[in-house]
Amino acid sequence: MAGTRRDGTVRGSDLAEVLRDAGLYALVTLGLCIPIVSYRTDLSQTSALDLTPRWGLVAGLCAAIFCVRVAQRLILMRRDARRALTPSPRQATEAVDATPNAGQRIPSLALPLFLGAAVALPLVAALASGGLGPARYWIDLGILILTYVMLGWGLNIVVGLAGLLDLGYVAFYAVGAYTYALLATTFGLSFWLCLPLAGLAAGLWGILLGFPVLRLRGDYLAIVTLAFGEIIRLVLINWVDLTGGSAGISSIPRATFFGIPFTAGPNGFAATFGLSFDAMHRNVFLYYLILALALVTNGVTLRLRRLPIGRAWEALREDEIACRSLGINTTTTKLTAFALGAMFGGFAGSFFAVRQGFISPESFNFLESAIILAIVVLGGMGSQIGVAIAAVAMVGGPELLRNLGFLKAVFGEGFDPNEYRLLLFGLAMVAMMVWRPRGLISVRMPSVALKERRAVSGALVREGHG
Amino acid sequence: MDVFVQQLINGLTLGAIYGLIAIGYTMVFGIIGMVNFAHGDVFMVSTFIALIGFLILTTWLGIASVPLALIVVLLVTMPLTALWGWAIERVAYRPLRGSFRLAPLISAIGVSIFLSNFVQVAQGARNKPTPPMLNGGFTLFERDGYAVTLSYKQCLIMAVTVILLAGFWYLVQRTAFGRAQRACEQDRRMAALLGIDVDRTISLTFVLGAALAAVAGVLYLLYYGVVSFSDGFVPGVKAFTAAVLGGIGSLPGAVLGGLIIGLIETFWSAYFSIEYKDVAAFSILAIVLIFMPSGILGRAEVEKV
Repeated sequence: MAGTRRDGTVRGSDLAEVLRDAGLYALVTLGLCIPIVSYRTDLSQTSALDLTPRWGLVAGLCAAIFCVRVAQRLILMRRDARRALTPSPRQATEAVDATPNAGQRIPSLALPLFLGAAVALPLVAALASGGLGPARYWIDLGILILTYVMLGWGLNIVVGLAGLLDLGYVAFYAVGAYTYALLATTFGLSFWLCLPLAGLAAGLWGILLGFPVLRLRGDYLAIVTLAFGEIIRLVLINWVDLTGGSAGISSIPRATFFGIPFTAGPNGFAATFGLSFDAMHRNVFLYYLILALALVTNGVTLRLRRLPIGRAWEALREDEIACRSLGINTTTTKLTAFALGAMFGGFAGSFFAVRQGFISPESFNFLESAIILAIVVLGGMGSQIGVAIAAVAMVGGPELLRNLGFLKAVFGEGFDPNEYRLLLFGLAMVAMMVWRPRGLISVRMPSVALKERRAVSGALVREGHG
Repeated sequence: MDVFVQQLINGLTLGAIYGLIAIGYTMVFGIIGMVNFAHGDVFMVSTFIALIGFLILTTWLGIASVPLALIVVLLVTMPLTALWGWAIERVAYRPLRGSFRLAPLISAIGVSIFLSNFVQVAQGARNKPTPPMLNGGFTLFERDGYAVTLSYKQCLIMAVTVILLAGFWYLVQRTAFGRAQRACEQDRRMAALLGIDVDRTISLTFVLGAALAAVAGVLYLLYYGVVSFSDGFVPGVKAFTAAVLGGIGSLPGAVLGGLIIGLIETFWSAYFSIEYKDVAAFSILAIVLIFMPSGILGRAEVEKV
C-alpha cells in the first residue's frame, strides 16, 4: 500500500501528511462552526436577541475532529500495511465473495435468546427491582421499543422486501390511532373490535394512496409518500370538528383483558383472577399485547416471503423491468406490499392510542417516519432480526445514555442525551449508508434455494431499486 | 382587483425565494440524479448564519446602514453556507456514488435530520426574531381605502433574484465551468473521458446550490424577520415541488415553478383558507409527480435497461 512500508511502521513523512490532512478537517470544522456554534443567540428580556460567544466549544469540536481523523488515518494505515504483509488468496475474490464475514453472521442461538429476553422482560424487571411498581420504567421502555420493532417490521415489508421507499409510513400509524380513538369515543366500540377495523382502515388508505403513486420511480415515490404523510397530518390538525385539531383526542378508553377491565373493583382483572390489585397489571398486559402483535407481524412476513407474492416482492426489488417482462403485475404486487405494511402500521397505531389514552397530530410528524425508516435501514433492509436489534439500539440507546452518570460529569449537569438523540439518528443514517449500506445484519436467507439453504451476503442483494 | 394585485406582488416575492432554493434541487438532480433532501436544511442553516451576522454587525460593530449590513451579510453567508454544501457532498454523498439507488436519498434524509437538530442543539429550539429592517415601500395605487403597496423588501428580493439569475445563467451557459456542468449532466462517463474533473464539477454544483440557498436564506430572514430550526423542511419541500413542477433538471423551470408555487400559495391563502396552504402545496407536489413527472419545461425520462 502506498504510504506505508512493508514492515507496517508509519514513516515520518506519512505522519506529516496525516497531520496536514487532519488539520484540513479541523479547519473545515472551524468554518462550519462559524457562526452557528461560535455565537449562541438567546432571547433577552426586551425580546431582542443576545449573543454569547462560545469559542471554547468551537476549539473543542475542532480538536475532537482533528483527533478522530488522525486516529482514523493511523488505523487505516496499520490495516493496509497488515494486509499488504499477509496477502491472502481470498483478497482477489473478496468483492464477489458470497459468504458473509464472521462478524455479520448471526449465531443460531441469537433468535431464541432474543425472543426469550423479550418474553421474560417484565418478570426479570419485576424481580430485579423488587415488585411491579418499581419495574414500571423498564416495562414502559419495553413497550416503547416493541412498538418501534412492530413499526419497523411493518415498514420492512414495504422497504425491505418490496424495495419501495415509503417516507410517509407514519400516516398509516396515524390512521390506525385515529380510527380506534374515534370509534371508541363516539360509538363506544371495544378495543378488540377496533383493532382489526383500524388495520383494515389503514390498509384501505394504503391502497387508496398507493394506487396512483406506485408506478412512479423510487425517489419520486418516496417524495410523494412524504407529501401524503404530511397531508394527512395537516388534515388531522385542521379538521377540528372530527379530530379535535392540535388538541387531539383525549380520554380514549383503556384496553381491557378481553372484556375484563383493569380496575380495582370487584369486576376488575385482579379480583377476577384472585390477585391483589396492582395498576401495573395493565402495563404488563400491554407489553405482552404489543409483543404478540409484533410477533404476528413477523410471522405473517416470514410466511408471505415463501408464498408467490413474497417472492414477487423480492424479485421486484431486484429488477422491476425483468419482473414486468416475466408477466408479474408490478402495480398489484407493489400495492399488496404497500397495503400490508400500512395495515400493520394501523395495528400499531391503534395499540399506540390504547396505550396512551391520548393522541394528537404532534405524534405523527415526518420525524417519526424518518425514525422508523432509520430503524429499517440500520437493521439491514429486509432482515427481521436486524430491524429488532436496530429498534432496541435506536430507542433503548438514548435511554441508556441518560442513565450513564459519567456523561453528566464530562458534559456538565444540564446534559440531556435525549437532545442529541435525533442528531445521532441523522449521523447514524449517513454513517450506515457510507460504511454499511446493507445494514447491521447484512445477511439474507434466500427465499428459494436448491438443496441447501445458505445465508448470502447482503452485497448480493439490491434493495430499494424501485 | 386591488387584493388581487397585492397578492400577485406577495406571491411573486415568495416565488422568487422558492425559485432560488429550487435551483439547488434541480442542479443536483440534473447532475447526479438524486433528490438532495437536505437542501431545505442547508437553507435553514443559512438563515441562522445571516441572523447571527446581522446581530454582530448591528449590535457589536454598530453598523446602522441597512444596505451596507445586507451586503456584508450576503457576502459572509454565501461562502459559509457553500462550505456546508461542499462538506455535506464530500462526507455524505460522494462515497455513495455507485451504491444502490436509494442510498443517497436515505443519506440525505440523515443529513437533513442532523442539520435541523444540530441547529436546535447549538441555538435552542425557540423562534428567533430580528428587529424589522428596511421598512416602508411604494404605494402603487389606492382605492376605497385599500392601498396596494410594494415594499422596499419586496423590491429588493425581486431585484436580487433577477440579478442573481442573470449572473447564474451566464455562468452556466457561457463559462468553462458551465460547459463542464452541462456535459456532466448529459453523460458523466463521457465527460470524464474528455478530461472533465467530474468530482470537482459535482462539488462546485453543490457549492453553487448552497450559495443560492444562502441568498434565499438572507432574503427570507429579511422578509419574515423570524427563523427557527424547523424552518428548513416546509420551504424545502415547496422548493422541491417548484423544481418538479418546472421540470426537474431545468434551470428556467425551477424559477418558473418557484413563481407558480409562490403564487398558488398566496392566492390559496387569500381566497380559500390559510390553514390548508401547505396541504395545497403538498397536493400539487403529489399531483404533478403522478400526472406529469417531467414537469413543464423538463424532458421526459426514458427508462433504459
